[in-house]
Amino acid sequence: MKAIFAFAALFSVLALITITVFLFASGLPFIFANGDTFWSTVWDVNSEMYGIMSMIVATLSVTSLAVIIGVTIGLLTAICLYKFCPKRLVVPVSHTVNLLAGIPSVIYGLFGLEIIVPFIRDYVSPNGIGYGILSASIVLAIMILPTVVSVSLDALKAVPKSYYEGALALGATKEQATFKVLIPSAKSGIFAGIVLSTGRALGETMAVIMVVGNSPEMPNSLFQSVRTLTANIALGATEMTGNAATALIACGVILFVFTLLINIAFSLIKKDGKDKTERSKRGKKDKIKTR
Amino acid sequence: MEKKTRSKLDRGFYTSLKISSRICCCLTVAALIGVIFFVLIRGSGSISSDLLFGDPDDVENSLLPAFLGTLQLVFISMIIAVPLGVFTAVFLVEYMHGKGKAVKTIRIATETLSGIPSIVYGLFGYLIFVVAFGWGYSLLGGGITLATMILPTIVRSTEESLLSVPAGYREGAYALGTSKVKTIFKVILPSASGGIVTSIILAVGRVVSESAVLILTIGMVVDRFPTTAMSPGTSLALDIYYYANFGYPNEAAATAVILLIFVLSLNLLAALCGKLIRKKYGDDQ
Repeated sequence: MKAIFAFAALFSVLALITITVFLFASGLPFIFANGDTFWSTVWDVNSEMYGIMSMIVATLSVTSLAVIIGVTIGLLTAICLYKFCPKRLVVPVSHTVNLLAGIPSVIYGLFGLEIIVPFIRDYVSPNGIGYGILSASIVLAIMILPTVVSVSLDALKAVPKSYYEGALALGATKEQATFKVLIPSAKSGIFAGIVLSTGRALGETMAVIMVVGNSPEMPNSLFQSVRTLTANIALGATEMTGNAATALIACGVILFVFTLLINIAFSLIKKDGKDKTERSKRGKKDKIKTR
Repeated sequence: MEKKTRSKLDRGFYTSLKISSRICCCLTVAALIGVIFFVLIRGSGSISSDLLFGDPDDVENSLLPAFLGTLQLVFISMIIAVPLGVFTAVFLVEYMHGKGKAVKTIRIATETLSGIPSIVYGLFGYLIFVVAFGWGYSLLGGGITLATMILPTIVRSTEESLLSVPAGYREGAYALGTSKVKTIFKVILPSASGGIVTSIILAVGRVVSESAVLILTIGMVVDRFPTTAMSPGTSLALDIYYYANFGYPNEAAATAVILLIFVLSLNLLAALCGKLIRKKYGDDQ
């Protein structure tokens, strides 16, 4: 019986190996064979030019802008929920936020397509184009809000109460104690949340594809139709033939490498945080002993 | 004197931060509730019986193929992912006690799997099932790919509910001379079943809302019934994308209402399950 359980457990390892091997085996040869065109900025299926540089730039700009907006608002929301909010509002608000983590990404995409894109086209954009990096980042920022809020809230809750009380006792105001003591102590947890939501934003496909415009051009402004790596893969899905299919898989390889890097960063931050708490616990014990 | 003004400025700065945090909190709630209300208001007027139950051969747009496709996808992915996930968790907690090299390897694997974007899973499903196995676009291929995707979530939450089973249950069972396997199936899994059911409901929610995987594996055939598991098909989430992209904004919004109600009720059900379990076992766990 133990063998059956062990075999089930092996499945996820096998799945990971299969995914990695299949992706790399079908994608890497293409990347090496077309080294010069692959890193160029021209993506044109008709003339068999498969350059992904403009899409990498678009992906990185959409992701970073989304993370900047989402993390700023999400972190401040978490702080407000933890310290500056009437106690009876905390539970319903955090429940709503958690519930909204389950909304399908395609619905966020629809929301972006029908509300955010027209709004930006009519009131914000200088050139009358609503699609683009800004719209996509706003939609993604809303999507990652629940993650940022819940992870930051957990990180804030994990800070010992005595830190905050100590700061108050030294004469700090509540606000000073919160922003100068509480948040720096919750740093590693908050960073972990940022990295996690970066991964979400980077890998999101359906919400982005509906608002980003999808022209494979080098992004020059926030209000210009561009295409991200994920959107490129999904768009090509309906016409997968020959070299184009291999080029899409090569895009998948690049995306996979990005997410692996983010995963590694995430586990490093988590480990660092754990080490620190252990060290501080040990430190306390030592002090008690010396006394 | 100068020191005093500086500390006043400092206080003012942090007070303004506090106020902006309140504003952000309102923004978050407004944005998220705005999404829900937008969908409900925009879409509920466009729901018609033709859209819901029309025969796809007679009416222009019908959701019946999507209902059938979604059901099949849920069934296929759950029948694969639930046993695998639960057994993996049992192995990690009951046999390896959460320690050792094997546990570390499996944990790294599941954590990496849970970080992979869904579109990459879609590519993987395409490479394996559509191309390598030669199945073409099929619900079965999509279901298996989805199962791989939700496996890490099921493993992690099952592990947590297994860990919350009091050690006394195990010891009691062993003391009565019960074998390990029997203890697992008759004592530990039943008392952890609440948490496991909650995680399964949440996993169903993820399967229902997923679309990026399916666009590459099941083919987005919106106007035909899937006859077998091997035939191409569509799902509710995929229909929304199709309608929004190919000039049916009203149908897209109506489908979004149905999907939203579906997903939110699944989430509420999961929360309710969690509550019932906490009541059943009291607060001592």
